[in-house]
Amino acid sequence: METWPLYRVLGPEATDSDRVPDAIKLKIYEDMVLLRSFDEKTITLQRQGRVGTFPPSIGQEAAEIASAHALSKQDWIAPSYRDHGALYVHGVPFENVILFAMGKASSISGDVRALPTSIPIATHLPHAVGLAWAARQRGESVVAMAYFGDGGTSEGDFHEALNFAGVLKAPVIFFCQNNGWAISVPVRLQTASETLAQKALAYGISGVRVDGNDALAVYQAVQAARERALAGAGPTLIEAVTYRLGPHTTADDPTRYRPREELEAWQSQDPLLRLGQYLAERGLLSEADQEAMQARARDWINQAIEAAEATPPVDPTAMFRYLYSDPPLRLRQQMAQLQAALQEEVP
Amino acid sequence: MAEINMVTAINQTLADLLAQDPRVVLLGEDIGLNGGVFRVTEGLYERFGRERVMDTPLAESGIIGAAIGMAVGGLRPIAEIQFMGFLYPGLDQLISHAGRIRHRSLAALTVPMVVRIPYGGGIRAPEQHADSAEAYLVHTPGLKVVVPSTPYDAKGLLYAALAQDSPVAFLEPIRLYRLGRMEVPEERYQVPIGPLRVAREGRDLSVFAWGAMVPLALRCAERLAEEGVSVEVIDLRTLSPLDIEGIGASVRKTGRAVVVHEAPQTGGVGAEVVATINETAFWWLKAPVARVTGFDLPYPPYAWEEFYLPDERRLLKAVRETLRD
Repeated sequence: METWPLYRVLGPEATDSDRVPDAIKLKIYEDMVLLRSFDEKTITLQRQGRVGTFPPSIGQEAAEIASAHALSKQDWIAPSYRDHGALYVHGVPFENVILFAMGKASSISGDVRALPTSIPIATHLPHAVGLAWAARQRGESVVAMAYFGDGGTSEGDFHEALNFAGVLKAPVIFFCQNNGWAISVPVRLQTASETLAQKALAYGISGVRVDGNDALAVYQAVQAARERALAGAGPTLIEAVTYRLGPHTTADDPTRYRPREELEAWQSQDPLLRLGQYLAERGLLSEADQEAMQARARDWINQAIEAAEATPPVDPTAMFRYLYSDPPLRLRQQMAQLQAALQEEVP
Repeated sequence: MAEINMVTAINQTLADLLAQDPRVVLLGEDIGLNGGVFRVTEGLYERFGRERVMDTPLAESGIIGAAIGMAVGGLRPIAEIQFMGFLYPGLDQLISHAGRIRHRSLAALTVPMVVRIPYGGGIRAPEQHADSAEAYLVHTPGLKVVVPSTPYDAKGLLYAALAQDSPVAFLEPIRLYRLGRMEVPEERYQVPIGPLRVAREGRDLSVFAWGAMVPLALRCAERLAEEGVSVEVIDLRTLSPLDIEGIGASVRKTGRAVVVHEAPQTGGVGAEVVATINETAFWWLKAPVARVTGFDLPYPPYAWEEFYLPDERRLLKAVRETLRD
C-alpha cells in the first residue's frame, strides 16, 4: 500500500541509506548467528526429550536481534514468549534461556530491565505503557518497548495499550513482528487492514512498516522511534514484516496449514543470508569468517547446554519462595506438608 | 479527632499519600475533575495535578495493566475500578500478571500497587453495579485482598496496602461509604493486613462477616443479646491471606459459627472460612457451620435486592438454628 511503504536499507529496493556503525552491524550479525544456532540446537534437544516445548524464532533473527540492539540497557522491554533473542541482547544470558526452556528458571535473570515473557497474547502491552509512564515521571530518559506478533493486534489489550499510550504520549514503542501466521491463522484472517502499521493512525501515534528481515532497517526504525519517544513526540507502532520459517512451537506442524511455495519464497529472504551477503560485499566479514563464526556459536551453545544439564534437580520447595516477601501461614503450612510427604515412603 | 465517614477517610488518606510520596499516582475513570463517581478522589486532581491524579481512557484492563507497569517501574500506583461489576476485563491483568510477576521473576520484580474497587449491593443501583466478586480475587495467588468496614480500618488498611510489595485489591463497600461516622485519628497508622478484628466479643456463637455484612451482624448480635445470647462478631477485613489462627481461636471459644456474605454461595469465600474452621476447630464444634449468603444468581434488579441480600431475618434464623442443641 502506497501510504505505508516498506522501509528498507538492504537490497536493491532500499528506501534509506545505511547509518549503522560497522561494529554494531557485526555484533548484530554475530548475535543473529548465535540465535539461529541456539534455536536449531534447542529444537533437536526438544526432539530428544531434553527440553520442553520451545518456540523457535528461526527466520525472525533480524527483527529480534537488531531491534534490541537499538535500545539502551536502561530501556525496559516487555517481551512475549518468542523473544529470547531480544532478551539475550538486552542482558539475559543464553545459559538462562536454556534453563528456562528446561523449566528450571525464570525467563529473566540478573539485573535486566525486562518483564518475564508474556505467555498470554498482548496482555503485556499495557505494562509497557505503565513502564514508560513511570520512567517519564521519574525523570529517566528511557523508553519501554513491547514485543508481540501479528495475532496480538487482534487482542483488546492491543487497543487499550495503544490508545492509552497515545493519550498519555508515553515514551513507548510497540514492536510488532508480523511473521505471517498466528499458529495456523494467516494475517488476512486476523484483520481486514491492509497493513498492521496503519492501525497507528487511529490512535494518533506514529506507525512504521519495516522490512523485518533487514536487520539494518529494523535497527534504524527502532532507533528513530526511540528518538521520537525521548523527544516527547509519543509512541510508535512498528510493524516488522518477517516470516516464521519454523513451527509456532516444537508442538506444532506447519505443513498442516502452510503452503510450501510460500515457505520457499521466504527462505530466499533469510535475514542471515541477507546481512551476511551485505557484510561480505563490503569486506566487513568474509564468508570464511562467517563459517568460523557459526562454528564458534555451535561450540559455545553446546558448552552452555552441558552446563545447564549439569545443574542439580530442582529443590521441590523452591517454588514456594518467591510469591510473597511475607508468605502467609497457609502457604507455609502447604510447604511443610509437601516436605513431610516427600520424606515418607510411598505406601 | 473529627468524626468522619469512610469516603472522607479514604480521601484524606489518598491526599496524604500523594503529598508524602512522589511515587504515588492515582489512575482511573472519572477520578480527576469529577472526583470519582463516589467522590472518593474529590479535590485531589486540583491539588496534585493531572499527572498524579490521572483520568484514564475507559479501559479496565488498560488501567490495571498500566498500573502494573508503573509499579514495576518504580511508582506506587493506586488504580480505581469504578464498580466491581466492571472489574472483569481487568481480572486478566490481576490473574495473569499482577499476582504472578514476583513469582515468575523469582522476586527480581515486584508489583507494589493497590486497586481500589467499590463493591457490593444495597444501594438500589442499576444492574451490574452491585457485584461482590471477592472470590475470584481470593482464588488468585499473589494478590492480597482487604475489605474495610469502618472509616478507621479504611484509613489504616490503605496505609498498610501502600506499604506492601504485593499487589493489593482494596474493596470498598459502597453501602458503607456514608453510612456511619466515627472518630479517626489524624495521624498516620496502619491496620495490618492479615489479622481479623473482633467487632464484638461473645461466648455462644461466632458470626464471620466482612464489608457491609459487619453492621448487619452487629445488629443481629444486639438483638440476640436482649435474649441472653452472646454472639461474637468477627470482621475478617483481610480476605487474603485469611487469619486462620484468629478464625480457629474464635470458634474454639464459642463452638458454633455462621458465615455471612453478599456474594453467591457456591465457591464463595464463606466456603473457605468453613474449611478453615474444619481444619482449626472441628473438635470444638457443637453444630454444623451455617452459611447465609447471596443466592447462586446474578445480582438481581434492585426490586429484588432486599430478598437477595442477607438480612436480619435470614441471619437471625441461621444463628438460632445453629444455637439449637
